[in-house]
Amino acid sequence: MTTNTPQVPSSASVSNLMLHVGYALVPGTLAYIWLFGIGVLVQILLACVTAVITEGLILILRKRPVAQTLADGSALLTAVLLALAISPIAPWWIIVLGTAFAIIFGKQLYGGIGYNPFNPAMLGYVMLLISFPLEMTNWPAAFSLLEQTPTFQTSLDVIFNAGLGIDTVSGATPLDAIKTQLAQGLDIPATLISPSYGELFGTLAGVGWEVVSIGFLLGGIYLLFTGRIAWQIPAAMLGSIAVLSSVFYLIDSTQYISPLLHLFGGASMLGAFFIATDPVSAATTPRGRIYYGIGIGIFTFVIRTWGGYPEGLAFAVLLMNMAAPTIDHYTRPTVFGQGKS
Amino acid sequence: MTTASHKIFSFHGGLYLDEHKSISTSKRIESAPIPAMLVLPLSQHIGAAAKPCVAIGDSVLKGQLIAKADGRVSVPVHASSSGKVIAIEKRHVPHPSQLKAECIVIETDGRDTAIETEQKGLANYHSLSTDELRQRIHDAGIVGLGGAGFPSHVKLKPNGHHIETLILNAAECEPYISCDDMLMREQAPAIISGLRIMQQALHAKNCMIGIEDNKVEAYAALQEAIGDSDDIEIVRVPTRYPAGGERQLIYSLTGKQAPSQGRPLEIGIVCHNVGTAAAVHNAITKGEPLLSRIVTLTGSGIPQPRNMHVLLGTPIDDLLEHCRTHKENIGRTMIGGPMMGYILDSTTAPVTKTTNCVLVTHQRDIKKPETALPCIRCGECADVCPVNLLPQQLYWYARSQEFDHIQDYNLFDCIECGCCDVVCPSRIPLVQYFRFAKTTIWQQERNKEKSDKARNRHELRLERLEREKREKRERHNRKKAALKKEPDQKEDPKKAAILAAMKRVKEKQVATHVSPSNTENLNAEQQSKIDEADARRAEQHKDKNGS
Repeated sequence: MTTNTPQVPSSASVSNLMLHVGYALVPGTLAYIWLFGIGVLVQILLACVTAVITEGLILILRKRPVAQTLADGSALLTAVLLALAISPIAPWWIIVLGTAFAIIFGKQLYGGIGYNPFNPAMLGYVMLLISFPLEMTNWPAAFSLLEQTPTFQTSLDVIFNAGLGIDTVSGATPLDAIKTQLAQGLDIPATLISPSYGELFGTLAGVGWEVVSIGFLLGGIYLLFTGRIAWQIPAAMLGSIAVLSSVFYLIDSTQYISPLLHLFGGASMLGAFFIATDPVSAATTPRGRIYYGIGIGIFTFVIRTWGGYPEGLAFAVLLMNMAAPTIDHYTRPTVFGQGKS
Repeated sequence: MTTASHKIFSFHGGLYLDEHKSISTSKRIESAPIPAMLVLPLSQHIGAAAKPCVAIGDSVLKGQLIAKADGRVSVPVHASSSGKVIAIEKRHVPHPSQLKAECIVIETDGRDTAIETEQKGLANYHSLSTDELRQRIHDAGIVGLGGAGFPSHVKLKPNGHHIETLILNAAECEPYISCDDMLMREQAPAIISGLRIMQQALHAKNCMIGIEDNKVEAYAALQEAIGDSDDIEIVRVPTRYPAGGERQLIYSLTGKQAPSQGRPLEIGIVCHNVGTAAAVHNAITKGEPLLSRIVTLTGSGIPQPRNMHVLLGTPIDDLLEHCRTHKENIGRTMIGGPMMGYILDSTTAPVTKTTNCVLVTHQRDIKKPETALPCIRCGECADVCPVNLLPQQLYWYARSQEFDHIQDYNLFDCIECGCCDVVCPSRIPLVQYFRFAKTTIWQQERNKEKSDKARNRHELRLERLEREKREKRERHNRKKAALKKEPDQKEDPKKAAILAAMKRVKEKQVATHVSPSNTENLNAEQQSKIDEADARRAEQHKDKNGS
């Protein structure tokens, strides 16, 4: 039988979409490398190599076309996102293990791209965070705060020979610092001016982190305006974080982090534009995406504020991934001709 | 004319497509020559196929009825030129199924002699009643010329609804097609006249013409034809596919949504195509049946794309030849536009009432079909769906053949416009999946109906067999019981049965007695006469027995 499909040329393709998401990551990633060292790039490369090898092997086992599937770029994107989410000075096996886990358990075991209910990168991240909390929470400070910028060699040493020189570069993230200090009874204004942590905080949020966040925001805006991601998820997510944090900040600014620090100090921008918008695991109806984004925003805020981890984005995304099918079911749009005319 | 600021209601989704229309609009409409052979399918419309009323060997004249309508939703077929019927058989026809269908084949004589009809055209049709107008439109074999081919007389019956607005669809939103555009440029007065006739038939209060804003010349021509009348409004709608979808156009112009699974009629709106209006004008004012139509011949495979005025039944091959198309260069021939059209395997198929465009693509422009990747649920398809469906979910259920779920997601509201296919990054032939799901569901429903009937029949048969068995057993038992009884019994059971039966009959007679019988309430004279007659009868009876 002849199939009758529209015969109109179209440039839409999955690999094209992934490619442009990759482009959009460039400003944030460059800022990240520039401010936090070449270790970021090393982690990205390690993740990409691991992703390609793992996905390739699984595809061979599953007897699926290898080159064609790898060419869609989704495995590489997962790898890059995971690499951006972990510490640039984490030992090499962390990113290798995490990426392999994300590709195998987060994606291929469900049937590959299109069938995974969870965001693979976030699944890998959470596995690492739960299994290796020490390695996962050891972050460097931005270069500007260091007396001596780590060389390429130092970065490699840190990643491949764990321990060497780690004391010279390691520190805490701004969100982490506040959480630790709050737990010790020190309120936020005190932390902001404390001798050990005060220098971590910049004009908007954390030194270095704010620039990286702005980089990701710019990339996100590019994706929005080229129609490659829908506005609902990032808007709803950032909006709900902003509203919630503002309310609590106004109630008590000594115990609750400022909205700016929430939006620009952690993974909010990366999460809102690049992670929560992963279409496969997100809600797919226009209205559903708004609820989905709000859900991620609320969970992120709740976990950051009252949870055990300084950053709650990964958990929030996974929780909302689980809710996505239900959200979709209850948010079907009114079909033309079935509403009021 | 209030064209200055009409509010346009924007339908959801849609696509801005490359138009490719100007390649076929540079020349005026050209008349195609009379072909050596006309192939006229009996079914060129939606509904029951017409029934042939000529035989092989018959000479026919141009405009002569050769097949009669069969039922209410059907239209007749006329000979589009004079000649001889040489065959009534299955031939290739333009249809997505590529199946052959019954056709009347006429060998033309080239003289194009028209038949003398009793029904003359009426310049002043205002005296005609709605039914007379509809009858004439039916008799002329007119169907929707926009492509769907629904019999127009059916769509001109208000069916008790009050028709507020008659909309003329001049959008022509599919790329490449320009036959309506050219018709409007060259025959705008005929279109407006046809519109007035349809307005009269429907008693429509006002008329609107919806035209895409890319048709500047056609718009001007229509404006001129309307003149100073203020009950026809031309509204320019944005050139966004599928602006010409019936429901989309109605919404764009009026903001009203025709009910899902219902008809626009229910909201007081009727929509016809401009080509249909021109055909109605010809039928009523000139008395001409539908014998020809304008066809766009376009695409990279045709050296000089153009619009042609073609006799119905002309083989597409003849047209391609006329346009000097190199057959070996043809990569793909489609009927209709690139979005909703279908591929034609055999170009021996004729032009029918619904053939608006023959789109020929050069071999060098044929791209290898891409393999579909898994759906990533990006939702692009939902963003462009003019019906606001969720194609990503429909696809999911079509693939897993969950036909209950797919209907919950309103599969049957899909208009198969193809927007979702075009934007899908995974290159999934979505509409193909939806058509498959629809036909499978229809098939299942038919099968279910059939099996329901069969089951009913089967159950009734079992019941009957059971009853017969039971009755047989009862009879048998009765007989057995009767035989068992002693023969020296006082009363013969047979006799008793007869007596009982007679008693029953009598009772019944009494019960069913309505009027007094004429032997009751007799006077003495009558009684004596009857007695006399009885005595005579008894005498005769005795004689008979005696002899």
